Amino acid sequence: MSTDLARWQFATTSIYHFLFVPLTIGLSFLVALLQTSWYRNGNPAYRRLTRFFGTLLVINVAIGVVTGLVQEFEFGMNWSVYSRVVGNIFGGPLAMEGLLAFFLESTFLGLWIFGWDRLSKKVHLACIWLVAAATMVSAAFIMAANSWMQHPVGYLMNSAHQPVLNNIWALFTNPVFIWGYVHVVLASLVTGSLVMLGVSAWQLRRRNEVEAFRRTAIISMIVLLPTIVMSLFVGSELGVIEGTYQPMKIAAAEAQWNTCSSHCSFSAFQVGGGTNDQTPTQIFNIPDLLSILATNHVNGQVKGLNQLQAEDVKLYGPGDYIPNVFVQYWSMRVMAYLAGLVTLFALWGAWLLRRQKLEHAKWFLRIAPWVVVTPFLMNTAGWLLTESGRQPWIVQGLMKTANGVSPSVTTTDIWISLVVFVLIYIALGAADAYLMIRYGRKQLEPGPDEDSNQTHHEGGDAGGESSDDSESDRFPALVY
Amino acid sequence: MHLSNLWYLIVALFWVGFFVLEGFDFGVGMLHSFVGRTDIERRIAVNSIGPVWDGNEVWLIVAGAAIFAAFPGWYATMFSTFYLALVVVLLALMIRGLSFEYGRKVENPRWRSTWRWGLTLGSALIPLLLGTALGDLLHGLPIDRAHNYTGSFFGLLVPFGLFTGITLTVVCLFLGATYLTLKTTGDFHDRLCRLSGQIGWVAAALIWAFVTWSHLGLGRGFVPNPLDALAVMAAIAAAWLAVTKQEGWAFTAACLAIASAVGSIFFDLYPHVMVSTTNAAYNLTVANTASPSYTLKVMTVVSLIFFPVVLLYQGWTFYVFRSRLHSPKEAGVPKMAAAGGETVTATRASEGEDG
Repeated sequence: MSTDLARWQFATTSIYHFLFVPLTIGLSFLVALLQTSWYRNGNPAYRRLTRFFGTLLVINVAIGVVTGLVQEFEFGMNWSVYSRVVGNIFGGPLAMEGLLAFFLESTFLGLWIFGWDRLSKKVHLACIWLVAAATMVSAAFIMAANSWMQHPVGYLMNSAHQPVLNNIWALFTNPVFIWGYVHVVLASLVTGSLVMLGVSAWQLRRRNEVEAFRRTAIISMIVLLPTIVMSLFVGSELGVIEGTYQPMKIAAAEAQWNTCSSHCSFSAFQVGGGTNDQTPTQIFNIPDLLSILATNHVNGQVKGLNQLQAEDVKLYGPGDYIPNVFVQYWSMRVMAYLAGLVTLFALWGAWLLRRQKLEHAKWFLRIAPWVVVTPFLMNTAGWLLTESGRQPWIVQGLMKTANGVSPSVTTTDIWISLVVFVLIYIALGAADAYLMIRYGRKQLEPGPDEDSNQTHHEGGDAGGESSDDSESDRFPALVY
Repeated sequence: MHLSNLWYLIVALFWVGFFVLEGFDFGVGMLHSFVGRTDIERRIAVNSIGPVWDGNEVWLIVAGAAIFAAFPGWYATMFSTFYLALVVVLLALMIRGLSFEYGRKVENPRWRSTWRWGLTLGSALIPLLLGTALGDLLHGLPIDRAHNYTGSFFGLLVPFGLFTGITLTVVCLFLGATYLTLKTTGDFHDRLCRLSGQIGWVAAALIWAFVTWSHLGLGRGFVPNPLDALAVMAAIAAAWLAVTKQEGWAFTAACLAIASAVGSIFFDLYPHVMVSTTNAAYNLTVANTASPSYTLKVMTVVSLIFFPVVLLYQGWTFYVFRSRLHSPKEAGVPKMAAAGGETVTATRASEGEDG
């Protein structure tokens, strides 16, 4: 009971955290691109766009950072046995993340937000690039730690039969880490560019600042198209790699109960297929595709859940080693099908762009703000596929989830914390959504050139930028 | 020296750094609702920590993560022991952290006052609860053979722990007041000077009582350790310097006071990391909770390379934002902006408000 509750809490808080993380990774990169454009060609439109999308970025970084604190504490709070046993391995990347990424991100974000009038244009530009880099470095360390749970490497068992780190490089050359990290970075760029595209489309449809928002629509399209295509291929390769180390995860994702020796077909849609109904009604099958997806060969073998279960019992003793098949099957499909739809959408946009009709394409502009929902669904589904597919293990083959929980934390304690977290997350999520909609629909602030009411320039600033906020709350920066 | 001792020192330094750096921004957060008479004054107070608070908070995260990597056994017991208290800390950290960005983004007075009181309360609760936790480490808690806490939430509210929390919270308040005297001008500045002079004596008295209690009450002998003595002397000096309006020195002494007060907890705790009141044999120590030497070596190399860089750029931030903040009327005068060079750059934000 308390294991289930602790899992529910960890899943809830980390899914929630992971709504904001990919967005901030992607958006910080895009905002840095916008500011670079301004720096290089001096066009004030890019400065206004940088500030506009910078505000949207900061709204989400704030919530991403504070929900990350919960994750950092939860290992010890809810999974004390896990932390005690594997902390010497798993804790390392986490501490490095703090030292190398969190300091960088928070310090330079503060400098960027408050530094518009204090720093030279070049240094200020460097600040946003450091923020963007820090978000990616942060993702690298946490993915290295997580990949160790999927495929533990770089350790020895000591005399007390506990895992002890003996090769830190192995954590960063773990194939699950390398492919998983690239997949997450691509997914983040997809998320950031779809949000930027959605906001730009909303503005374009209302003919607001067409000249400016056309540019962000183009930039986000340029990032979106290659990243969504690459993310499909990298994701598929990640599936093959995970299938090697965690065959249960992939067999469950296909609801493949019995081994298929070659030319395995992919069920695109089916009813049933759970534990009590192992011969599902497959609505639509694509020949050979499963073999290709799982092994990269048409005659590849895909082991069935029943056979894998028997092998695991022989290896690890009696127990149920099959993850939740329903969650695996559908999270995989939600992710893959949505990615397919987004690819079509991106191709449509690219075609419009080539015909130079993007800013007049009524239906594209009408649909784009709604497509913003899809990356969040895909990210969540991908996360479920990876983490639920690892069950019943907390560290694949090494430690079971049920053996990792804190013995001193009672069921009541977890109920209290779960309810508290859910309530506060609903409130914070509502505040974030409200601000995103409000600031995403705002007009661009007037640029310096349109501003007739300049009363001062900073003495001797090479950039000669005046603080041109028409609204005091856009950035709380300006009293310095 | 075995590396685990070095890592105990590093962990202690992260906690000390956290209480110094985030200490003053907790103080500012607690104070801003009460000392700011107008929205502008409250805003000056919040903006004085705006660019730096997030970097300061990372000291706490890294303190936690360093314990995780270097002393997994300590991390496991400590975080599961303080479970519900940490839920409240996390709640406070979340609301406080968002108040900086979200509070100003909507004009609605109810929205603003909600975030304002979130910042105020959150800034008080975090040092109070974390201070209590540090006091508890030293006082001891019922911990069994498997290093699991056997008490309830209320068992964490040990009088000595609570007193440690209260002391550190008041010292944060003092630190915030002296910091604000360095960041403000005019009438607001004069009021803050008077206030920091008053809080200074309370903080000094509490630190003296804390040191006395930790020695006589916990049976650690009559002779104070050097950090205890330093904490008391620095706190008294800071209070006196605040009264005589030597702002820079008052702030420096107050930093020293909180640094040595937190440092003395870790000084007294060593070689233990958590004390068991159930049986001294169940104490958690540096030796029995530390990671194996390979992990510690890796972490030492990484820290030696990157931590100096962190200190450099974090120090640079404080340098960039070193000037005092002016209220819009003063700042609106272009001359002032040009004259001081580093003193101030004026704000159009405020001009917008003036119409």
